[in-house]
Amino acid sequence: MCAFQVEPTATILEIKSMFHKSSNLSADSWTVVFTEAKSLKDEDILQQLPVGTTATFYFRDLGAQITWAKVFLAECAGPLFIYLMFYFRLPFIYAPKYDFTTSKHWVVHLACICHSFHYVKRILENMFVHRLSPGTMPLRNIFKNCSYYWLFAAWMAYYINHPLYTTPYYGQQQVKAALIIFLFCQLGNFSIHVALRNLRQPGSKVKKIPYPTKNPFTWIFMVVSCPHYTYECGSWVGFTLMTQCVPVAFFTLIGFIRMTVWAKGKHRNYVKEFRDYPTLRSAILPFIL
Amino acid sequence: MSAPAMGTAKAAHSEASHKKKKGPGALATAYLVIYNVIMTAGWLVIAVGLVRAYLARGSYHGLYYSIEKPLKFFQTGALLEILHCAVGIVPSSVVLTGFQVMSRVFLTWAVTHSVIEVQSEDSVLLFVMAWTVTEIIRYSFYTFSLLNHLPYVIKWARYTFFIVLYPMGVTGELLTIYAALPYVQKTGLFSVTLPNKYNFSFDYYTFLILTMLSYIPLFPQLYFHMLRQRKKVLGHTQDYSKVE
Repeated sequence: MCAFQVEPTATILEIKSMFHKSSNLSADSWTVVFTEAKSLKDEDILQQLPVGTTATFYFRDLGAQITWAKVFLAECAGPLFIYLMFYFRLPFIYAPKYDFTTSKHWVVHLACICHSFHYVKRILENMFVHRLSPGTMPLRNIFKNCSYYWLFAAWMAYYINHPLYTTPYYGQQQVKAALIIFLFCQLGNFSIHVALRNLRQPGSKVKKIPYPTKNPFTWIFMVVSCPHYTYECGSWVGFTLMTQCVPVAFFTLIGFIRMTVWAKGKHRNYVKEFRDYPTLRSAILPFIL
Repeated sequence: MSAPAMGTAKAAHSEASHKKKKGPGALATAYLVIYNVIMTAGWLVIAVGLVRAYLARGSYHGLYYSIEKPLKFFQTGALLEILHCAVGIVPSSVVLTGFQVMSRVFLTWAVTHSVIEVQSEDSVLLFVMAWTVTEIIRYSFYTFSLLNHLPYVIKWARYTFFIVLYPMGVTGELLTIYAALPYVQKTGLFSVTLPNKYNFSFDYYTFLILTMLSYIPLFPQLYFHMLRQRKKVLGHTQDYSKVE
Protein backbone atom coordinates (compact mmCIF):
# COMPACT_ATOMS: atom_id res chain seq x y z
CA MET A 1 0.00 0.00 0.00
CA CYS A 2 1.21 3.53 -0.70
CA ALA A 3 -0.19 7.03 -0.59
CA PHE A 4 0.24 9.82 -3.12
CA GLN A 5 -0.76 13.42 -3.32
CA VAL A 6 -1.95 14.43 -6.74
CA GLU A 7 -3.67 17.29 -8.50
CA PRO A 8 -7.39 16.86 -9.30
CA THR A 9 -6.45 17.12 -12.95
CA ALA A 10 -4.13 14.12 -12.77
CA THR A 11 -4.88 11.32 -15.20
CA ILE A 12 -4.91 7.65 -14.34
CA LEU A 13 -1.86 7.22 -16.56
CA GLU A 14 0.09 9.63 -14.34
CA ILE A 15 -1.08 7.91 -11.19
CA LYS A 16 -0.05 4.58 -12.72
CA SER A 17 3.47 5.76 -13.45
CA MET A 18 3.81 7.12 -9.90
CA PHE A 19 2.76 3.70 -8.69
CA HIS A 20 5.21 1.93 -10.97
CA LYS A 21 8.06 4.10 -9.77
CA SER A 22 7.32 3.54 -6.13
CA SER A 23 6.68 -0.18 -6.36
CA ASN A 24 9.61 -1.31 -8.50
CA LEU A 25 7.31 -2.82 -11.09
CA SER A 26 8.90 -2.74 -14.50
CA ALA A 27 7.24 -0.59 -17.11
CA ASP A 28 6.59 -3.75 -19.09
CA SER A 29 4.30 -5.04 -16.41
CA TRP A 30 1.01 -3.49 -17.36
CA THR A 31 -1.30 -2.74 -14.58
CA VAL A 32 -5.01 -2.27 -14.51
CA VAL A 33 -6.37 0.35 -12.17
CA PHE A 34 -9.78 0.21 -10.62
CA THR A 35 -11.79 1.61 -7.79
CA GLU A 36 -14.42 -0.32 -5.91
CA ALA A 37 -16.94 0.66 -8.56
CA LYS A 38 -15.24 0.09 -11.88
CA SER A 39 -12.03 -0.30 -13.82
CA LEU A 40 -10.41 2.81 -15.19
CA LYS A 41 -8.75 3.89 -18.40
CA ASP A 42 -5.49 5.78 -18.78
CA GLU A 43 -7.23 8.92 -20.01
CA ASP A 44 -9.64 9.20 -17.09
CA ILE A 45 -9.09 12.34 -15.04
CA LEU A 46 -9.23 12.25 -11.28
CA GLN A 47 -11.68 15.08 -10.76
CA GLN A 48 -14.19 13.45 -13.12
CA LEU A 49 -14.31 10.28 -11.09
CA PRO A 50 -16.94 9.67 -8.42
CA VAL A 51 -14.44 9.95 -5.56
CA GLY A 52 -14.03 12.40 -2.67
CA THR A 53 -10.95 14.24 -1.50
CA THR A 54 -9.28 10.88 -0.91
CA ALA A 55 -9.63 8.05 -3.33
CA THR A 56 -8.63 4.42 -3.03
CA PHE A 57 -7.24 2.77 -6.10
CA TYR A 58 -6.51 -0.87 -6.62
CA PHE A 59 -3.81 -2.04 -8.97
CA ARG A 60 -3.70 -5.45 -10.58
CA ASP A 61 -0.51 -6.73 -12.14
CA LEU A 62 -1.35 -8.47 -15.41
CA GLY A 63 2.04 -10.06 -15.74
CA ALA A 64 4.24 -9.86 -18.79
CA GLN A 65 2.28 -8.35 -21.63
CA ILE A 66 2.90 -7.77 -25.28
CA THR A 67 1.36 -5.17 -27.54
CA TRP A 68 -0.98 -6.04 -30.40
CA ALA A 69 1.51 -4.50 -32.81
CA LYS A 70 4.28 -6.87 -31.80
CA VAL A 71 1.94 -9.86 -31.93
CA PHE A 72 0.77 -9.06 -35.44
CA LEU A 73 4.33 -8.59 -36.58
CA ALA A 74 5.36 -12.00 -35.24
CA GLU A 75 2.26 -13.62 -36.72
CA CYS A 76 3.04 -12.27 -40.20
CA ALA A 77 6.81 -12.41 -40.31
CA GLY A 78 6.81 -16.08 -39.31
CA PRO A 79 4.81 -17.45 -42.26
CA LEU A 80 6.71 -15.19 -44.64
CA PHE A 81 10.08 -16.67 -43.73
CA ILE A 82 8.87 -20.19 -43.08
CA TYR A 83 7.34 -20.45 -46.55
CA LEU A 84 10.56 -19.23 -48.11
CA MET A 85 12.51 -21.89 -46.23
CA PHE A 86 10.42 -24.53 -47.96
CA TYR A 87 10.50 -22.73 -51.31
CA PHE A 88 14.29 -22.68 -51.34
CA ARG A 89 14.25 -26.27 -50.08
CA LEU A 90 16.59 -25.78 -47.16
CA PRO A 91 18.23 -29.00 -45.89
CA PHE A 92 16.42 -31.52 -43.66
CA ILE A 93 13.01 -30.81 -45.17
CA TYR A 94 13.00 -32.95 -48.28
CA ALA A 95 15.36 -35.71 -49.42
CA PRO A 96 18.99 -34.48 -49.54
CA LYS A 97 19.21 -34.68 -53.31
CA TYR A 98 16.63 -31.87 -53.53
CA ASP A 99 18.43 -29.46 -51.17
CA PHE A 100 18.57 -25.92 -52.54
CA THR A 101 16.91 -26.94 -55.81
CA THR A 102 13.88 -25.10 -57.15
CA SER A 103 10.66 -26.50 -58.54
CA LYS A 104 10.32 -26.85 -62.29
CA HIS A 105 6.65 -25.78 -62.18
CA TRP A 106 6.01 -22.07 -62.78
CA VAL A 107 2.86 -22.20 -60.62
CA VAL A 108 5.07 -22.98 -57.61
CA HIS A 109 7.05 -19.78 -58.23
CA LEU A 110 3.82 -17.87 -58.67
CA ALA A 111 2.45 -19.30 -55.43
CA CYS A 112 5.57 -18.22 -53.56
CA ILE A 113 5.28 -14.69 -54.94
CA CYS A 114 1.59 -14.50 -53.99
CA HIS A 115 2.09 -15.93 -50.49
CA SER A 116 5.02 -13.63 -49.80
CA PHE A 117 3.19 -10.64 -51.26
CA HIS A 118 0.24 -11.35 -48.99
CA TYR A 119 2.34 -11.31 -45.82
CA VAL A 120 4.54 -8.39 -46.85
CA LYS A 121 1.36 -6.43 -47.53
CA ARG A 122 0.08 -7.39 -44.09
CA ILE A 123 3.28 -6.31 -42.37
CA LEU A 124 3.27 -2.97 -44.17
CA GLU A 125 -0.39 -2.44 -43.35
CA ASN A 126 0.32 -3.15 -39.69
CA MET A 127 3.08 -0.55 -39.75
CA PHE A 128 1.45 2.20 -41.81
CA VAL A 129 -2.24 1.69 -42.31
CA HIS A 130 -3.88 0.12 -39.30
CA ARG A 131 -4.60 2.28 -36.30
CA LEU A 132 -4.13 -0.41 -33.68
CA SER A 133 -5.46 0.04 -30.19
CA PRO A 134 -2.60 0.40 -27.70
CA GLY A 135 -3.95 -2.61 -25.86
CA THR A 136 -1.96 -5.63 -24.89
CA MET A 137 -2.41 -9.32 -24.33
CA PRO A 138 -0.62 -11.75 -22.03
CA LEU A 139 2.75 -12.84 -23.35
CA ARG A 140 1.64 -16.49 -23.40
CA ASN A 141 -0.91 -15.68 -26.08
CA ILE A 142 1.78 -15.02 -28.58
CA PHE A 143 2.71 -18.69 -28.58
CA LYS A 144 -0.85 -19.76 -29.21
CA ASN A 145 -1.43 -17.20 -31.97
CA CYS A 146 1.87 -17.64 -33.69
CA SER A 147 1.78 -21.43 -33.69
CA TYR A 148 -1.55 -21.31 -35.55
CA TYR A 149 -0.11 -19.19 -38.40
CA TRP A 150 3.39 -20.65 -38.36
CA LEU A 151 2.39 -24.33 -38.31
CA PHE A 152 -0.20 -23.88 -41.03
CA ALA A 153 2.30 -21.98 -43.17
CA ALA A 154 4.80 -24.81 -42.77
CA TRP A 155 2.18 -27.45 -43.55
CA MET A 156 1.05 -25.68 -46.75
CA ALA A 157 4.54 -24.75 -47.87
CA TYR A 158 5.74 -28.34 -47.43
CA TYR A 159 3.32 -29.66 -50.04
CA ILE A 160 3.38 -26.77 -52.51
CA ASN A 161 7.18 -26.82 -52.72
CA HIS A 162 7.48 -30.60 -52.58
CA PRO A 163 9.51 -32.26 -55.38
CA LEU A 164 6.46 -34.50 -56.02
CA TYR A 165 4.01 -31.58 -56.24
CA THR A 166 1.24 -32.09 -58.82
CA THR A 167 0.15 -29.02 -60.79
CA PRO A 168 -3.52 -28.00 -60.91
CA TYR A 169 -5.81 -30.26 -62.89
CA TYR A 170 -7.09 -27.61 -65.31
CA GLY A 171 -3.62 -26.19 -65.86
CA GLN A 172 -3.02 -22.63 -67.00
CA GLN A 173 -6.71 -21.74 -67.08
CA GLN A 174 -7.12 -22.67 -63.45
CA VAL A 175 -4.00 -20.85 -62.30
CA LYS A 176 -4.84 -17.70 -64.27
CA ALA A 177 -8.38 -17.56 -62.89
CA ALA A 178 -7.05 -18.15 -59.38
CA LEU A 179 -4.49 -15.38 -59.77
CA ILE A 180 -7.17 -12.92 -60.85
CA ILE A 181 -9.31 -13.81 -57.84
CA PHE A 182 -6.30 -13.50 -55.55
CA LEU A 183 -5.18 -10.10 -56.84
CA PHE A 184 -8.72 -8.74 -56.92
CA CYS A 185 -9.24 -9.71 -53.28
CA GLN A 186 -5.86 -8.41 -52.17
CA LEU A 187 -6.68 -5.04 -53.70
CA GLY A 188 -10.13 -5.17 -52.15
CA ASN A 189 -8.75 -6.02 -48.74
CA PHE A 190 -6.27 -3.14 -48.96
CA SER A 191 -8.99 -0.72 -50.06
CA ILE A 192 -11.12 -1.63 -47.07
CA HIS A 193 -8.22 -1.19 -44.68
CA VAL A 194 -7.56 2.27 -46.07
CA ALA A 195 -11.24 3.16 -45.92
CA LEU A 196 -11.46 2.05 -42.29
CA ARG A 197 -8.38 4.06 -41.43
CA ASN A 198 -9.79 7.19 -43.01
CA LEU A 199 -12.96 6.75 -41.03
CA ARG A 200 -11.35 8.02 -37.87
CA GLN A 201 -9.12 11.00 -37.18
CA PRO A 202 -5.87 10.09 -35.37
CA GLY A 203 -6.47 10.07 -31.63
CA SER A 204 -10.24 10.41 -31.92
CA LYS A 205 -12.31 7.77 -30.22
CA VAL A 206 -15.52 8.54 -32.09
CA LYS A 207 -16.93 5.45 -33.77
CA LYS A 208 -18.46 5.84 -37.20
CA ILE A 209 -20.28 3.64 -39.67
CA PRO A 210 -18.13 2.79 -42.69
CA TYR A 211 -19.70 3.63 -46.06
CA PRO A 212 -18.76 3.02 -49.70
CA THR A 213 -16.29 5.57 -51.06
CA LYS A 214 -15.27 6.47 -54.61
CA ASN A 215 -13.13 3.32 -54.72
CA PRO A 216 -15.25 0.55 -56.34
CA PHE A 217 -13.69 -2.02 -54.06
CA THR A 218 -15.44 -0.35 -51.13
CA TRP A 219 -18.88 -0.55 -52.72
CA ILE A 220 -19.21 -3.92 -51.02
CA PHE A 221 -19.91 -1.94 -47.82
CA MET A 222 -23.45 -1.68 -49.15
CA VAL A 223 -24.06 -5.35 -48.40
CA VAL A 224 -21.38 -6.39 -45.89
CA SER A 225 -20.22 -5.07 -42.51
CA CYS A 226 -16.70 -6.56 -42.54
CA PRO A 227 -15.60 -6.71 -46.18
CA HIS A 228 -11.95 -6.91 -45.23
CA TYR A 229 -12.70 -10.41 -43.94
CA THR A 230 -14.71 -11.18 -47.07
CA TYR A 231 -11.82 -10.18 -49.30
CA GLU A 232 -9.33 -12.05 -47.11
CA CYS A 233 -11.34 -15.28 -47.48
CA GLY A 234 -11.54 -14.60 -51.20
CA SER A 235 -7.77 -14.29 -51.40
CA TRP A 236 -7.28 -17.65 -49.77
CA VAL A 237 -9.90 -19.28 -51.98
CA GLY A 238 -7.88 -17.96 -54.89
CA PHE A 239 -4.69 -19.34 -53.42
CA THR A 240 -6.34 -22.74 -52.86
CA LEU A 241 -7.45 -22.83 -56.47
CA MET A 242 -4.00 -21.80 -57.61
CA THR A 243 -2.15 -24.51 -55.71
CA GLN A 244 -4.85 -27.22 -55.63
CA CYS A 245 -3.58 -28.35 -52.26
CA VAL A 246 -5.73 -29.88 -49.50
CA PRO A 247 -3.82 -28.28 -46.60
CA VAL A 248 -4.41 -24.88 -48.20
CA ALA A 249 -8.12 -25.68 -48.54
CA PHE A 250 -8.15 -26.70 -44.90
CA PHE A 251 -6.44 -23.47 -43.83
CA THR A 252 -8.91 -21.47 -45.92
CA LEU A 253 -11.82 -23.24 -44.26
CA ILE A 254 -10.54 -22.71 -40.71
CA GLY A 255 -9.73 -19.11 -41.52
CA PHE A 256 -13.22 -18.61 -42.88
CA ILE A 257 -14.75 -19.99 -39.69
CA ARG A 258 -12.59 -17.74 -37.48
CA MET A 259 -13.26 -14.66 -39.55
CA THR A 260 -16.98 -15.36 -39.61
CA VAL A 261 -17.00 -15.46 -35.82
CA TRP A 262 -15.11 -12.14 -35.68
CA ALA A 263 -17.32 -10.58 -38.36
CA LYS A 264 -20.52 -11.59 -36.60
CA GLY A 265 -19.21 -10.04 -33.40
CA LYS A 266 -18.32 -6.77 -35.11
CA HIS A 267 -21.62 -6.72 -36.95
CA ARG A 268 -23.51 -7.17 -33.68
CA ASN A 269 -21.55 -4.29 -32.15
CA TYR A 270 -22.36 -2.03 -35.09
CA VAL A 271 -26.05 -2.83 -34.85
CA LYS A 272 -26.05 -2.23 -31.10
CA GLU A 273 -24.09 1.02 -31.34
CA PHE A 274 -25.92 2.69 -34.22
CA ARG A 275 -29.70 3.06 -34.44
CA ASP A 276 -29.56 3.87 -38.13
CA TYR A 277 -27.22 1.03 -39.12
CA PRO A 278 -28.01 -0.09 -42.70
CA THR A 279 -30.30 -3.09 -42.54
CA LEU A 280 -29.18 -4.50 -45.89
CA ARG A 281 -25.76 -5.47 -44.52
CA SER A 282 -24.76 -8.97 -43.42
CA ALA A 283 -21.66 -9.74 -41.41
CA ILE A 284 -19.29 -11.34 -43.93
CA LEU A 285 -21.07 -12.95 -46.90
CA PRO A 286 -23.57 -10.74 -48.78
CA PHE A 287 -27.12 -11.79 -47.89
CA ILE A 288 -25.92 -15.14 -46.56
CA LEU A 289 -23.88 -14.88 -43.38
CA MET B 1 -6.20 -42.75 -21.51
CA SER B 2 -9.91 -42.94 -22.04
CA ALA B 3 -10.14 -46.07 -19.90
CA PRO B 4 -12.41 -44.70 -17.16
CA ALA B 5 -14.21 -41.92 -19.01
CA MET B 6 -14.08 -38.81 -16.86
CA GLY B 7 -17.48 -37.68 -17.92
CA THR B 8 -19.35 -35.11 -15.97
CA ALA B 9 -17.16 -34.16 -13.09
CA LYS B 10 -19.47 -31.18 -12.85
CA ALA B 11 -22.51 -33.38 -12.29
CA ALA B 12 -20.88 -34.86 -9.22
CA HIS B 13 -19.77 -31.47 -8.02
CA SER B 14 -23.27 -30.06 -8.24
CA GLU B 15 -24.25 -32.62 -5.65
CA ALA B 16 -21.57 -31.50 -3.27
CA SER B 17 -22.24 -27.78 -3.82
CA HIS B 18 -25.14 -26.04 -2.18
CA LYS B 19 -26.34 -23.81 -5.01
CA LYS B 20 -29.20 -25.02 -7.21
CA LYS B 21 -27.95 -25.83 -10.69
CA LYS B 22 -30.31 -25.33 -13.61
CA GLY B 23 -30.55 -28.97 -14.67
CA PRO B 24 -32.26 -30.54 -17.67
CA GLY B 25 -36.05 -30.29 -17.96
CA ALA B 26 -38.38 -33.17 -17.18
CA LEU B 27 -38.42 -34.53 -20.73
CA ALA B 28 -34.64 -34.33 -21.03
CA THR B 29 -34.24 -36.03 -17.68
CA ALA B 30 -36.50 -38.87 -18.75
CA TYR B 31 -34.54 -39.29 -21.98
CA LEU B 32 -31.22 -39.23 -20.14
CA VAL B 33 -32.40 -41.82 -17.64
CA ILE B 34 -33.44 -44.11 -20.48
CA TYR B 35 -30.14 -43.48 -22.26
CA ASN B 36 -28.05 -44.25 -19.20
CA VAL B 37 -30.08 -47.35 -18.31
CA ILE B 38 -29.62 -48.70 -21.84
CA MET B 39 -25.89 -48.02 -21.71
CA THR B 40 -25.56 -49.66 -18.30
CA ALA B 41 -27.40 -52.68 -19.63
CA GLY B 42 -25.28 -52.76 -22.76
CA TRP B 43 -22.00 -52.81 -20.90
CA LEU B 44 -23.42 -55.44 -18.51
CA VAL B 45 -24.12 -57.56 -21.59
CA ILE B 46 -20.49 -57.14 -22.60
CA ALA B 47 -19.32 -58.07 -19.09
CA VAL B 48 -21.51 -61.17 -18.99
CA GLY B 49 -20.40 -62.06 -22.51
CA LEU B 50 -16.76 -61.92 -21.44
CA VAL B 51 -17.36 -64.11 -18.38
CA ARG B 52 -19.39 -66.68 -20.30
CA ALA B 53 -16.83 -66.89 -23.08
CA TYR B 54 -14.05 -67.34 -20.54
CA LEU B 55 -15.89 -70.10 -18.78
CA ALA B 56 -16.74 -71.81 -22.05
CA ARG B 57 -13.22 -71.68 -23.49
CA GLY B 58 -11.31 -72.09 -20.28
CA SER B 59 -8.79 -69.41 -21.29
CA TYR B 60 -8.76 -65.66 -21.58
CA HIS B 61 -7.25 -65.56 -25.08
CA GLY B 62 -9.31 -64.30 -27.99
CA LEU B 63 -12.31 -63.20 -25.92
CA TYR B 64 -12.66 -60.08 -28.10
CA TYR B 65 -14.58 -62.00 -30.76
CA SER B 66 -17.33 -62.99 -28.33
CA ILE B 67 -18.20 -59.38 -27.49
CA GLU B 68 -17.11 -57.62 -30.67
CA LYS B 69 -20.58 -56.56 -31.81
CA PRO B 70 -22.02 -55.19 -28.54
CA LEU B 71 -18.69 -53.46 -27.84
CA LYS B 72 -18.81 -51.64 -31.17
CA PHE B 73 -22.49 -50.82 -30.79
CA PHE B 74 -22.42 -49.42 -27.27
CA GLN B 75 -19.06 -47.68 -27.49
CA THR B 76 -20.12 -45.95 -30.71
CA GLY B 77 -23.44 -45.07 -29.09
CA ALA B 78 -21.51 -42.96 -26.62
CA LEU B 79 -21.13 -40.39 -29.42
CA LEU B 80 -24.58 -39.24 -28.37
CA GLU B 81 -23.01 -37.87 -25.22
CA ILE B 82 -21.26 -35.21 -27.28
CA LEU B 83 -24.68 -34.19 -28.57
CA HIS B 84 -26.04 -34.08 -25.02
CA CYS B 85 -23.35 -31.57 -24.04
CA ALA B 86 -23.77 -29.53 -27.23
CA VAL B 87 -27.52 -29.26 -26.70
CA GLY B 88 -27.03 -28.43 -23.03
CA ILE B 89 -28.91 -31.19 -21.25
CA VAL B 90 -25.66 -32.38 -19.74
CA PRO B 91 -23.48 -29.74 -18.03
CA SER B 92 -20.16 -30.91 -19.42
CA SER B 93 -17.70 -29.40 -21.81
CA VAL B 94 -18.33 -30.46 -25.41
CA VAL B 95 -14.63 -30.39 -26.15
CA LEU B 96 -13.66 -32.57 -23.21
CA THR B 97 -16.45 -35.08 -23.77
CA GLY B 98 -15.75 -35.08 -27.49
CA PHE B 99 -12.11 -35.81 -26.88
CA GLN B 100 -12.89 -38.67 -24.50
CA VAL B 101 -15.48 -40.33 -26.72
CA MET B 102 -13.53 -39.87 -29.92
CA SER B 103 -10.43 -41.50 -28.45
CA ARG B 104 -12.52 -44.53 -27.44
CA VAL B 105 -14.19 -44.71 -30.83
CA PHE B 106 -10.78 -44.33 -32.47
CA LEU B 107 -9.41 -47.32 -30.58
CA THR B 108 -12.50 -49.41 -31.28
CA TRP B 109 -12.74 -48.77 -35.01
CA ALA B 110 -9.51 -47.32 -36.35
CA VAL B 111 -7.23 -49.69 -34.45
CA THR B 112 -8.94 -52.83 -33.17
CA HIS B 113 -11.50 -53.26 -35.93
CA SER B 114 -9.24 -52.14 -38.77
CA VAL B 115 -6.08 -54.07 -37.92
CA ILE B 116 -7.40 -57.64 -37.77
CA GLU B 117 -4.13 -59.06 -36.48
CA VAL B 118 -4.37 -57.26 -33.12
CA GLN B 119 -7.81 -58.66 -32.31
CA SER B 120 -6.28 -61.77 -30.84
CA GLU B 121 -3.87 -59.81 -28.65
CA ASP B 122 -4.29 -60.02 -24.88
CA SER B 123 -3.89 -56.25 -24.60
CA VAL B 124 -7.32 -55.89 -26.17
CA LEU B 125 -8.85 -57.82 -23.28
CA LEU B 126 -7.01 -55.54 -20.87
CA PHE B 127 -8.62 -52.34 -22.10
CA VAL B 128 -12.00 -53.95 -22.81
CA MET B 129 -12.18 -55.12 -19.19
CA ALA B 130 -11.18 -51.70 -17.92
CA TRP B 131 -13.74 -49.97 -20.14
CA THR B 132 -16.49 -52.44 -19.20
CA VAL B 133 -16.15 -52.06 -15.43
CA THR B 134 -15.73 -48.29 -15.73
CA GLU B 135 -18.74 -47.80 -17.95
CA ILE B 136 -21.05 -49.98 -15.88
CA ILE B 137 -20.21 -47.89 -12.82
CA ARG B 138 -20.31 -44.60 -14.71
CA TYR B 139 -23.66 -45.09 -16.41
CA SER B 140 -25.32 -46.41 -13.25
CA PHE B 141 -23.86 -43.40 -11.43
CA TYR B 142 -25.55 -41.07 -13.93
CA THR B 143 -28.81 -43.03 -13.79
CA PHE B 144 -29.04 -42.82 -10.01
CA SER B 145 -27.91 -39.18 -9.97
CA LEU B 146 -30.65 -38.21 -12.39
CA LEU B 147 -33.18 -39.99 -10.19
CA ASN B 148 -31.73 -38.26 -7.11
CA HIS B 149 -31.12 -41.55 -5.37
CA LEU B 150 -27.40 -42.12 -5.59
CA PRO B 151 -26.17 -44.95 -3.37
CA TYR B 152 -22.90 -43.99 -1.75
CA VAL B 153 -21.28 -47.22 -2.89
CA ILE B 154 -21.76 -46.24 -6.54
CA LYS B 155 -20.31 -42.81 -5.94
CA TRP B 156 -17.41 -44.35 -4.06
CA ALA B 157 -16.83 -46.90 -6.83
CA ARG B 158 -16.87 -44.22 -9.52
CA TYR B 159 -14.25 -42.18 -7.78
CA THR B 160 -12.11 -45.08 -6.57
CA PHE B 161 -12.01 -47.85 -9.18
CA PHE B 162 -10.36 -45.54 -11.69
CA ILE B 163 -7.20 -45.64 -9.61
CA VAL B 164 -6.56 -49.14 -10.96
CA LEU B 165 -8.77 -49.17 -14.06
CA TYR B 166 -7.28 -46.06 -15.62
CA PRO B 167 -3.69 -47.29 -15.77
CA MET B 168 -4.96 -50.72 -16.74
CA GLY B 169 -6.92 -49.34 -19.65
CA VAL B 170 -4.11 -47.07 -20.77
CA THR B 171 -1.68 -50.00 -20.75
CA GLY B 172 -4.07 -52.10 -22.81
CA GLU B 173 -4.61 -49.28 -25.29
CA LEU B 174 -0.93 -48.51 -25.72
CA LEU B 175 0.04 -52.16 -26.13
CA THR B 176 -2.70 -52.61 -28.73
CA ILE B 177 -1.60 -49.61 -30.76
CA TYR B 178 1.99 -50.79 -30.51
CA ALA B 179 0.96 -54.25 -31.74
CA ALA B 180 -0.79 -52.69 -34.72
CA LEU B 181 2.25 -50.71 -35.86
CA PRO B 182 4.05 -53.35 -38.00
CA TYR B 183 0.85 -54.25 -39.86
CA VAL B 184 0.02 -50.62 -40.53
CA GLN B 185 3.49 -50.00 -41.85
CA LYS B 186 3.43 -53.09 -44.05
CA THR B 187 0.01 -52.46 -45.62
CA GLY B 188 0.04 -48.64 -45.63
CA LEU B 189 -3.38 -48.70 -43.96
CA PHE B 190 -5.26 -45.35 -44.14
CA SER B 191 -2.17 -43.74 -45.64
CA VAL B 192 -1.95 -41.45 -48.62
CA THR B 193 1.34 -40.86 -50.43
CA LEU B 194 2.62 -38.28 -52.87
CA PRO B 195 2.31 -37.61 -55.71
CA ASN B 196 -1.43 -37.14 -56.02
CA LYS B 197 -3.62 -34.40 -57.46
CA TYR B 198 -4.68 -33.14 -54.01
CA ASN B 199 -1.07 -32.55 -52.95
CA PHE B 200 -1.72 -34.14 -49.62
CA SER B 201 -0.15 -37.00 -47.71
CA PHE B 202 -0.91 -38.84 -44.50
CA ASP B 203 1.14 -41.53 -42.79
CA TYR B 204 -1.04 -43.51 -40.41
CA TYR B 205 2.01 -45.26 -38.96
CA THR B 206 3.55 -41.95 -37.85
CA PHE B 207 0.13 -40.78 -36.70
CA LEU B 208 -0.20 -43.82 -34.41
CA ILE B 209 3.25 -43.20 -32.95
CA LEU B 210 2.35 -39.57 -32.27
CA THR B 211 -0.89 -40.75 -30.66
CA MET B 212 1.04 -43.03 -28.36
CA LEU B 213 3.41 -40.19 -27.45
CA SER B 214 0.46 -37.94 -26.64
CA TYR B 215 -0.46 -40.24 -23.78
CA ILE B 216 2.70 -39.07 -21.97
CA PRO B 217 1.54 -35.53 -21.24
CA LEU B 218 -2.19 -36.26 -21.25
CA PHE B 219 -2.53 -39.32 -19.01
CA PRO B 220 -0.94 -37.78 -15.87
CA GLN B 221 -3.08 -34.65 -16.26
CA LEU B 222 -6.30 -36.62 -16.51
CA TYR B 223 -5.28 -39.03 -13.76
CA PHE B 224 -4.42 -36.32 -11.27
CA HIS B 225 -7.56 -34.42 -12.18
CA MET B 226 -9.56 -37.51 -11.20
CA LEU B 227 -7.59 -37.81 -7.95
CA ARG B 228 -8.39 -34.20 -7.11
CA GLN B 229 -12.05 -34.78 -7.96
CA ARG B 230 -11.99 -37.80 -5.66
CA LYS B 231 -10.73 -35.74 -2.77
CA LYS B 232 -13.37 -33.12 -3.41
CA VAL B 233 -16.31 -35.49 -3.80
CA LEU B 234 -15.46 -38.20 -1.31
CA GLY B 235 -13.57 -35.98 1.11
CA HIS B 236 -16.73 -33.93 1.81
CA THR B 237 -18.81 -36.83 3.10
CA GLN B 238 -16.00 -37.91 5.38
CA ASP B 239 -15.99 -34.46 6.92
CA TYR B 240 -19.73 -34.58 7.52
CA SER B 241 -19.51 -37.92 9.25
CA LYS B 242 -16.74 -36.53 11.45
CA VAL B 243 -19.00 -33.66 12.47
CA GLU B 244 -21.66 -36.09 13.59
